[in-house]
Amino acid sequence: MFKIIKQLTSVVAMFAVLFAFSTETMAAKKSKTLENTKKRGFVRCGVSQGLPGFSNADESGNWTGIDVDVCRAVAAATLGDATKVKFTPLSAKERFTALTSGEIDILSRNTTWTLSRDADIGLTFVGVNFYDGQGFMVRKGSGIASTSEFKNGTSVCTNLGTTTELNMRDFFDSKGISYEPVVFEKADEVVAAYDAGRCDTYTTDKSGLAAQRTKLSAPDDHVVLPETISKEPLGPVVRQGDSVWEDIVRWSLNTMIEAEEYGVNSSNADMMKTSNNPAIKRLVGAEGELGAAFGLDNDWNLRIIKQVGNYGESYKRNIADTGILPDRGPNELWTKGGILYVPPAR
Amino acid sequence: MNNIIKKYIPQLLAILFVVLIFGFLTMNAQTNMDNRGIDFGFGFLSQESSFDVQFSLIEYSGSDSYARAFLVGLLNTLLVSFISIIICTILGVIIGVARLSSNYLIKNSAAWYVEFFRNIPLLLQIFFWYYAALRALPMPEKADAWFGVTYMTVKGYYIPAMVWENLNVFLYCGLAAIIAIIVLRNYANRLRDTQGKQIPVLIYSVALLIVLPLLSFLIGGVSLEFEIPELKKLSKISYIYEGGISLPPELIALVLALSLYTSTFVAECVRAGIEGVSKGQKEAAASVGLTPNQVLKLVIMPQALRIIIPPTTNQYLNLTKNSSLAAAIAYPDLVLVFAGTALMQTGKAIEIVSITMLTYLTISLTIAAIMNWYNKKIEIKEK
Repeated sequence: MFKIIKQLTSVVAMFAVLFAFSTETMAAKKSKTLENTKKRGFVRCGVSQGLPGFSNADESGNWTGIDVDVCRAVAAATLGDATKVKFTPLSAKERFTALTSGEIDILSRNTTWTLSRDADIGLTFVGVNFYDGQGFMVRKGSGIASTSEFKNGTSVCTNLGTTTELNMRDFFDSKGISYEPVVFEKADEVVAAYDAGRCDTYTTDKSGLAAQRTKLSAPDDHVVLPETISKEPLGPVVRQGDSVWEDIVRWSLNTMIEAEEYGVNSSNADMMKTSNNPAIKRLVGAEGELGAAFGLDNDWNLRIIKQVGNYGESYKRNIADTGILPDRGPNELWTKGGILYVPPAR
Repeated sequence: MNNIIKKYIPQLLAILFVVLIFGFLTMNAQTNMDNRGIDFGFGFLSQESSFDVQFSLIEYSGSDSYARAFLVGLLNTLLVSFISIIICTILGVIIGVARLSSNYLIKNSAAWYVEFFRNIPLLLQIFFWYYAALRALPMPEKADAWFGVTYMTVKGYYIPAMVWENLNVFLYCGLAAIIAIIVLRNYANRLRDTQGKQIPVLIYSVALLIVLPLLSFLIGGVSLEFEIPELKKLSKISYIYEGGISLPPELIALVLALSLYTSTFVAECVRAGIEGVSKGQKEAAASVGLTPNQVLKLVIMPQALRIIIPPTTNQYLNLTKNSSLAAAIAYPDLVLVFAGTALMQTGKAIEIVSITMLTYLTISLTIAAIMNWYNKKIEIKEK
């Protein structure tokens, strides 16, 4: 009999654990990501396992990159401190499951916005922080100057679980070229395999190619081909079903871009409070009650600009100054010939 | 009455709890998926997969369905497991027997082999064979021919392909030879039991296996030609071999790592099995006049196998499950193709992961069933 009681207690204990787990998931249902974040004291952010310029950790574990800055902006807006972020490095394969299962609250991991991802798998894309496109990298010595020179039997190294796999099939199929896809789970393994001569070409988003090129043993022996074979709008993603949190992330990103548009940056943000332009005043929290809509105070956007900087500062710090892509290309403001255009914050 | 309650109530409760827990977990998953707008269903299996796979045993392209992509991954998993199981068994038996050798050098090399490969994590060994060993191979244009027609390069091992004519006639001949051997064996056993005569079954069997298929070439109209891989230029500095069959380096590295690693465990099973047969058996067999070979074949091995089979089955199961580490080096197995790419493209995490789990479970249970059947066959039959 004693044995039975013992068994019963263990089963009851198991149930207790399960229900504790369930209340956690129920909370998400009631759009409480923000409350949980405040209670926890940090933003849980999913990033890449190391992509210079986007999300990359240095020796002491400090994360930098434009994807990282989105999470920092959210932390500055919601918690008042851009450093209060817990970064979780994720492989392309793990990323969506980590988000939908509630392990992270923002996925900011050079992720392409596509219809099926947005509609099918319980995710919501909140915006675009980098306009990219898929390209190919080859060895300079190969003499290949354009994708039209690929021949049957070309071996192609790339990453698992990305739109890249689909794009390259579309590309090679439409050209009628047979190819050998060599698909790795981690970006570092792709680089190692390509570097060792396993593949004739390495394909991924062009920004990724530029960043990964720096990891090759002789970066100057490799060249990225001019063609772009796809549209890859990269941006942060949140779980579906928490529209307040979705708005916070979206407008944190938009604030950074709009700040650049109005010339507000981390060093002049405080002075801008006295600006004559109402749009700028709204942007630094000196006018209007913009934060109230998300349950935030009125300085949320000022903190983003002061602590993280505007989009231009972030781009310069992470991508241009590191030599990855000095030319902003489409990622320039619409007023300067690019396609960065965000709805007004009012 | 009291006894019945004591006997069944705990079991009923246990079943009830299991059902409740599963029910609760399913409901919890269902609610969460509903909240996030994720549909549950297996309809995606018939959709076009629209991604390509590097290496496949069956015809496959991006316009085939996810179900077919699943099959591609499954066959690749089975292929790598099958080859590795065979190699690790052969290696394991040799090493296991070598560990019992009276020769100091053989005994100690075998012991070192076992200790070395058994104690390094498998994933590291896979990386070693893939990145260190295979990458030391030459580029295709610099590769020397092995056996005149095969080329081991960093892009794979290229071997000639066989081009058959009337392959079915050849296969029927092979089948006929196997049936003939089974009949012969039964006949030989009967002859031994009733008249005490021995006929050299092995020699006859080998002869049958050679002669019958050979006849198919001479009079059956079967012909075999080899398509030899030829070097082809892709760009100024890159080449591949065309024609023939290419075994990707990922497959080779995986087979090497899996079979070397698992063979150490098989070797230990074999050693334990042989040492487990009491010394008296050997001495008794020798004293009735059996030759050392006969002692091993007729007395030691039949008893040792009973000890060897069950733990070796475990090793085969481990090997099959370990083959899922393939994803680390881009070998397109079930995990990489189905639980990797297909999962990512469809987002059907629960469905795909459960299919994959069920598949591994089925493979493992099948291997266990076959080995159990074999074990039953060789166990002591008490009269």
